[in-house]
Amino acid sequence: MEIVVCVKQVPDTTEVKIDPVKNTLIREGVPSIVNPFDKIAVEVALQLREKHGGKVKVISMGPPQAADALKECLAMGADEAILVSDRAFGGADTLATAYALSTSIEKMGPVDLIICGKQAIDGDTAQVGPGIAENLGMPQITYAAKIEINGDMIKVDREHDDGYEIMEAKLPVMVTVVKSIAEPRFPTVKGTMKANRTQIPVWTAADIAADEKRIGMPGSPTQVRRIFTPTQRSQGQLIQEETAQQSVAKLMQLLGDAKVI
Amino acid sequence: MSFELTEDQKMMQKIARDFAEKEVAHGAEERDEHESFSRPLYDAMAGLGLTGICFPEQYGGADGDVLSYILAIEEISKADAGLGIALSATVSLCAWPIFAYGTEEQKQKYLKPLAEGEKMGAFGLTEPNAGTDASGQQTVAVLNGDHYVMNGSKIFITNAGEAETYIVFAMTDKSRGVRGISAFILEKGMPGFTFGKKEHKMGIRSSQTMELIFQDVKVPLNQMLGKEGEGFKIAMTTLDGGRIGVAAQSLGIATAALDFAIKYSKERVQFGKPISANQAISFMLADMATKVEASRLLTYQAAALKDAHKPYSKEAAMAKLFASDSAMEVATDAVQVLGGYGYSREYPCERYMRDAKICQIYEGTNQAQRMVIGGAVLR
Amino acid sequence: MAVIVNQEKCIGCGACVPSCPFGAIEMRDDKAYITEACTMCGACISVCPVEAIFREEIERTVAMDKTEYKGVWVFIEQTHGEIKGVAHELLGEGRKLADELGEELAGILIGNGVEAQAKEVFASGADKVYLVEGPEYDHYNTEAYTVAFVDLIQKYKPTAILVGATNDGRDLGPRIAARVRTGLCADCTNLSIDAETKLVLWTRPAFGGNIMADILCPEHRPQMGTVRPKVFKKPVPDFSRTGELIKVASKVKEADLKVKLLEILAVCTSNCKLEEADIIVSGGRGLGKPENFSAVEALAEAMGAAVGASRAAVDAGWKPALHQVGQTGKTVGPKIYIACGISGAIQHLAGMSSSDTIIAINKDADAPIFKVADYGIVGDVMEVLPILTAEFAKYRAACK
Repeated sequence: MEIVVCVKQVPDTTEVKIDPVKNTLIREGVPSIVNPFDKIAVEVALQLREKHGGKVKVISMGPPQAADALKECLAMGADEAILVSDRAFGGADTLATAYALSTSIEKMGPVDLIICGKQAIDGDTAQVGPGIAENLGMPQITYAAKIEINGDMIKVDREHDDGYEIMEAKLPVMVTVVKSIAEPRFPTVKGTMKANRTQIPVWTAADIAADEKRIGMPGSPTQVRRIFTPTQRSQGQLIQEETAQQSVAKLMQLLGDAKVI
Repeated sequence: MSFELTEDQKMMQKIARDFAEKEVAHGAEERDEHESFSRPLYDAMAGLGLTGICFPEQYGGADGDVLSYILAIEEISKADAGLGIALSATVSLCAWPIFAYGTEEQKQKYLKPLAEGEKMGAFGLTEPNAGTDASGQQTVAVLNGDHYVMNGSKIFITNAGEAETYIVFAMTDKSRGVRGISAFILEKGMPGFTFGKKEHKMGIRSSQTMELIFQDVKVPLNQMLGKEGEGFKIAMTTLDGGRIGVAAQSLGIATAALDFAIKYSKERVQFGKPISANQAISFMLADMATKVEASRLLTYQAAALKDAHKPYSKEAAMAKLFASDSAMEVATDAVQVLGGYGYSREYPCERYMRDAKICQIYEGTNQAQRMVIGGAVLR
Repeated sequence: MAVIVNQEKCIGCGACVPSCPFGAIEMRDDKAYITEACTMCGACISVCPVEAIFREEIERTVAMDKTEYKGVWVFIEQTHGEIKGVAHELLGEGRKLADELGEELAGILIGNGVEAQAKEVFASGADKVYLVEGPEYDHYNTEAYTVAFVDLIQKYKPTAILVGATNDGRDLGPRIAARVRTGLCADCTNLSIDAETKLVLWTRPAFGGNIMADILCPEHRPQMGTVRPKVFKKPVPDFSRTGELIKVASKVKEADLKVKLLEILAVCTSNCKLEEADIIVSGGRGLGKPENFSAVEALAEAMGAAVGASRAAVDAGWKPALHQVGQTGKTVGPKIYIACGISGAIQHLAGMSSSDTIIAINKDADAPIFKVADYGIVGDVMEVLPILTAEFAKYRAACK
């Protein structure tokens, strides 16, 4: 089974802080990581390979440093990695990114399953996976919490409002995965040494014969007009009485006064 | 002179750091509290390959260098110094002497499973009456046809009981003094080889320490490590390497204590400002940070010398001496920065302080390190 | 459009480097250099002391007759005839956008036997309802819904489409946008009409909720966005309103669908229907141990509330992911939100700060949760919870 996993290198947004005085983002010291949901996607792919054989290929679009993210996936056990990188891809929104990635995946050869994380933690758009599936004319099943492969059929438990939808489709399919599906393995020492010695091929816009109108800024319908820090809710009232009993009594009184209850 | 880690070294550091942060740190307090060693946790760590970093591939290793392995000990010890020493005892004190002195057969049989993380190792040298003076060995091994018969005991043995493979030193010829000491590879479960009481310790309580007892243990000839009478040399060279491990463990403890003290000092508000705004605190932190950095340089230097196959005995002793003294000082100061909270078990600083103390004692007390260093500089 | 550094003017001061929210500026040879990570947000422009950074318009090659596109559409997400709250919320907000543009508001109703629901859509403000029906739409299906929706877009050409940012909405939106090759702004929390360009100004959190971005889709139509549930209030239904119902034939055959739904497993009891809940009681790692979550559940029970959890608590395995509130979990906006032992990481705040009243209980008076809370009790959460539970039980009994 040929599995392609799409990964993104992201700043660890859980480490980002806001400067309380200037109200700006403090980016310093924020590490670049493999998007956590994509790491889960890699884990799922590795587990499927262990069960059904085949190959796991990881692909990422990003600046040259994104090769580090791919190395981490190789260290976890992925067979091959490809970095799609070119200044011409710069400024891509989700539509242009999905185009560049789907064109690259076509170049990689036949694929049975594409796995993406449900969303990236920096943009949180959850759009690139479905965009790739659309460009490749592949069905999609998003928010997968369980995947089973039987021959050329895939069965997925899809996370839904109050439970799961059990979906079935014939491969090839694009799935996006949620956190509960698997716990990503740690890369091993040997895998890391091997990954470190692997030259990751870099594909440019010319390599994938991309339509220049559909990549980078020209291929991106959306434009960021302005960035600003969200306005905070105003701070409310802190209650710190002598005992918990008194604190609760005070809260109930305040809630009553404000007609919340 | 380059102070940059290589790509490989950085990645080893990251593997160990990620594992330590995600898997080791959260249970450290509980393992300390209950004096419990976690074999599953050790196995998970070994499963990543941390036990095989610095051994060749044919013996189940990753063909990495000693510095990469030292970085792993540092990272693991930041989260749990007990697990750090369990790793160090297996790799530096058990696997390494087999790698350096063992026969090909011994390497395949004993080194490989240790490097691959399937087995744990331990090192038995210390006896009730032979501590710093290792020449006073009372454990004896007497040749009897195709085997030796071993009798005696060892105390304060890290990983004892859990380990499957033991390097044990015994007197094979009392008349020859230290030249009469030989090294043997013992397996857990050999008839007559049992364990005594579990030691209750001040620190590194998540590591297991026990007594080894030998009663007429039949040790086949092919389980002698090195030649007869080579034991003392094997023990001393093994401890040279082990000291880099203890230095790295100390470094991990000191770094954890420093990081915690810095974070706390920025958050703790007294007199309307964070306590870090007081020079009294910031100067303490400055001294702590400087000690940690100096320890790091000494430790990495000793590892780099070993990697370059240059003499490192003196440098390893210096690294162990300085890093462990620093760890004790830094951890004590971290407790001081936290004040009453530092003394409370709710915060980890008192654990760092208890863990640091042993680093000044084991694998040669810091007084013994000074003997080594003094001997070297006066040569 | 591109953000460019005039290398001659640049004095290499580096002031722009920390100003970039995306870390897309580096110093190379003592000059600022903008990397591929640039999103053209322009945050650096005003920071440059020598005005060396500027925006350059690049010509876009897409030629499209935008004037043909008129009207604001809302996707009416429904399950077996029950319209999701977010669809009503979007009709309310879409009404405002349509009025400002002087155009019509339409609801897109796709389903099986859902014609009767059109009146609810009119009641919430729609002028028109486009109805596509058939057994193939009985349950949400990416392919079927995409085909139906794209067919409508090509026939009736709306200028803007709003879709709820639910799991299905976020499955459908990007598929449609990729098929008609237009821009889709994900997970918006505010919508307006840009006065100058008359474009929809989509506002969304980015960077894990640390910053907000205003986004436009100038040259492509329709302009699309998914919008988070509960950030807008439902309009008060006016059943006297009527509108035009336009029935459109289905182009999909059930047999052609590649993904089949085998069954639905409902594992969720009422206490994890967070999006629709009026009261939510959430627990975090500050509870100390998983067993202590029962105290949160007890309070929820006493208040008739749903139970939420922070990412940390979910990651620790204390609660299943269905309960997670936050950037990567559910976005909620109940009348009352009670955060118990939740420190208030920005990712959590992004998922609940539109709640009407926030009550927080935490032992650390400096916890960020108190910055958004209307009422905060500083104290041991395990001590406070049982007392609060008893109080609310008393209060509810008194109300009956």
